[in-house]
Amino acid sequence: MNDATPVTAERHLTSYPKFLWRSVVLATDGSALFYAWMTVLTAIALVGFNAWCHQVSEGMITTHMTDHVSWGLYIANFTFGVGLAAGGVMMVIPAYLYHDRKMHDVVIVGELLAIAAIVICLLFVVADLGRPDRFWHLIPGIGRFNFPMSMLTWDVIVLNGYLLINLHICGYLLYQRFLNREPNPKWYVPFVMLSIVWAISIHTVTAFLYCGLGGRPFWNSGLLAPRFLASAFVSGPAFIIVTLYILRRFSRIRASTRVIETLVKILRVTVLINLLMFASEMFTEFYTGGSHASAAHYLFFGLHGKTALVPWTWSSLALNIFAAVIFLTPRITTKPALLIVGCAMGFCGVWIEKGMGLIIPGFVPSTLHEIVEYTPSLVEWKVTAGIWAFGFMVFTVALKIAGRVFDGDHRLKV
Amino acid sequence: MTAESSTPNGGGPDSGPGAASGNSATSTPPPPGGISRRTVVKGMGVTLGAAAFGIAANPLKSFVEDLTFDEFIQRHYKELTNDELTAVLARLKTEVKEDYGADVEIKDHRPLKGVKFGYAINLSLCNGNGKCVEACHKENNHDRATNQSYIRVLEMPKGTMDMEKGNTTYNHAVPLKDKYYMPVQCLQCDNPPCVDVCPVQATWKEADGIVVVDYNWCIGCRYCEAACPYHARRFNWTTPEIPADEMNPIQSYLANRPRPKGTVEKCHFCLHKTREGKAPACMEACPTGARVFGNMLDPDSSVRWILENKRVFVLKEELGTQPSLFYFFDE
Repeated sequence: MNDATPVTAERHLTSYPKFLWRSVVLATDGSALFYAWMTVLTAIALVGFNAWCHQVSEGMITTHMTDHVSWGLYIANFTFGVGLAAGGVMMVIPAYLYHDRKMHDVVIVGELLAIAAIVICLLFVVADLGRPDRFWHLIPGIGRFNFPMSMLTWDVIVLNGYLLINLHICGYLLYQRFLNREPNPKWYVPFVMLSIVWAISIHTVTAFLYCGLGGRPFWNSGLLAPRFLASAFVSGPAFIIVTLYILRRFSRIRASTRVIETLVKILRVTVLINLLMFASEMFTEFYTGGSHASAAHYLFFGLHGKTALVPWTWSSLALNIFAAVIFLTPRITTKPALLIVGCAMGFCGVWIEKGMGLIIPGFVPSTLHEIVEYTPSLVEWKVTAGIWAFGFMVFTVALKIAGRVFDGDHRLKV
Repeated sequence: MTAESSTPNGGGPDSGPGAASGNSATSTPPPPGGISRRTVVKGMGVTLGAAAFGIAANPLKSFVEDLTFDEFIQRHYKELTNDELTAVLARLKTEVKEDYGADVEIKDHRPLKGVKFGYAINLSLCNGNGKCVEACHKENNHDRATNQSYIRVLEMPKGTMDMEKGNTTYNHAVPLKDKYYMPVQCLQCDNPPCVDVCPVQATWKEADGIVVVDYNWCIGCRYCEAACPYHARRFNWTTPEIPADEMNPIQSYLANRPRPKGTVEKCHFCLHKTREGKAPACMEACPTGARVFGNMLDPDSSVRWILENKRVFVLKEELGTQPSLFYFFDE
């Protein structure tokens, strides 16, 4: 890991393309299992892409959204994805702020997760656009960017910014390892610090999209952004724990048990904070009553015989509570199977809570108090599965490259 | 899809990096040892992946064919020069002819000086007959299949203002004795949340108070639909269907021309009529005289007289949206 010779600008011109090329080769090399996994993901992604093509050419009538429930599964997944991206920061904070060496060894998993999750988010936004061909209207300088009034423009900035910051950090670290050089902290530590603040901002701004709307009482709460963060810090670490176990099994990236313990410690706190804030909101809704509480009423018990969301709501609550119980079990890290079940429950619980449990009740009942229910169409499910599959492809390939780089397989031969 | 799933080992990773590795099998000299079997398999996988991608993208063809280059690069309404606007209007006219087979006139109506439109609805007179809903549907070239309209009428029990008690889907002879009827359409707020949230400024408030949409600039994110507290906005979930002989040929760019699929629309106080000094279609159609429309800046207008002499109210006043559409009761 010695700096043998300083790398000049000219050398970067040849070594950087080599790095990219070697990365491509490594990313497409693997075991039969890897090829099977990627083939399945490609197939799902293509089914989703095909469904989206139908949606664009026939119109969004192919979805089950209506003028009453004008956002559905796409925006629900977008919201959840932002949380997942922000959740990766729960590895970065222990690694860089608390100098946890063990966490430091695998922190790149969190940063790569952020990249994959942001890719998912951006795709969900595109999938939700009625006119994706007019996407350029959103580009500052070319289109008409309604900044700072529209929270959506803030979201465009923070999401793309977060993507770039994490691409820089990961790209820089991997490239330096490729060159057999010790990364220079000057070139990445400030960006890591920025990424911590930025992670908070992406989910805060995303919450502001909804909570700033006075006409939607269910969203119009000051607790929304903190709730978003708490749930993100459940779904993010839960996903990472499962990933680390999978990587232990199938790759040479080995997270020490201390890393898992640290993440579980985080989960034990965030899962309870999330439940507490949820309880606080529900108390306010139900104790106050009146039409302000009708969306919450619809969620838990249905309204005027319309009960489409009731099963979702109760399963989300049950999943979150069971996850909390599992995380709080003493010495849970010695029972990996149970921990993984808990992580899956927490992840799914938050997915419902931030998705069907948050976006849809904002629209039911509508602003004129009409009750129009929503269940996603087949096209919406296909597109959603396709985008997730693509996100998993990005994550898999990124982890693969990173793993080989840290192994020393992926080095510039001098 | 079938091609993809039938390959045992070679399912392409995404076609970006894969495409390059496919090339390596054929053109770039490989590292010592010649072309490996693995490289060949990768190349095959990528080729199949790319083919499957092409098949998956097939439905996009019709969309791309329908989208003309001029339409794609058209700038925002406010940025168009006079010549560009003339060209756009001519193009739209041709498009309506091609798509609907109707000959129409599309103009560009600008706000009149010294005019701020206001609307007052007398809930003591309105009897819920729905003529306004129907007139709006025809005047504004709404989709026939969904029977779209910018107006919804709530049937409310007497003795409450709680919209939760209202019903928009009543289907019986009107009026019922114990009910009153409240038509709701865009209130043309002075502080419109829908305008604030639009990420691309595709919707804005004009000098005469009307909130308009540039249907050729809207990206269809529907944030405005989420932001509106009055359910005033509509999205074109598909291309509106209007028979040529039912098409209202008197049209305007920001008003009732057929809207493209995937964009948001809303009530514009019939600006193609009102900016020419005429009444909006909903008022013309109302048989009860419940609707009073006019220039709030004109001290002699009837709407002004109502604002000064009746106890008017607006919907959801607590939200601070400052609507230009008022309600009042006579008795």
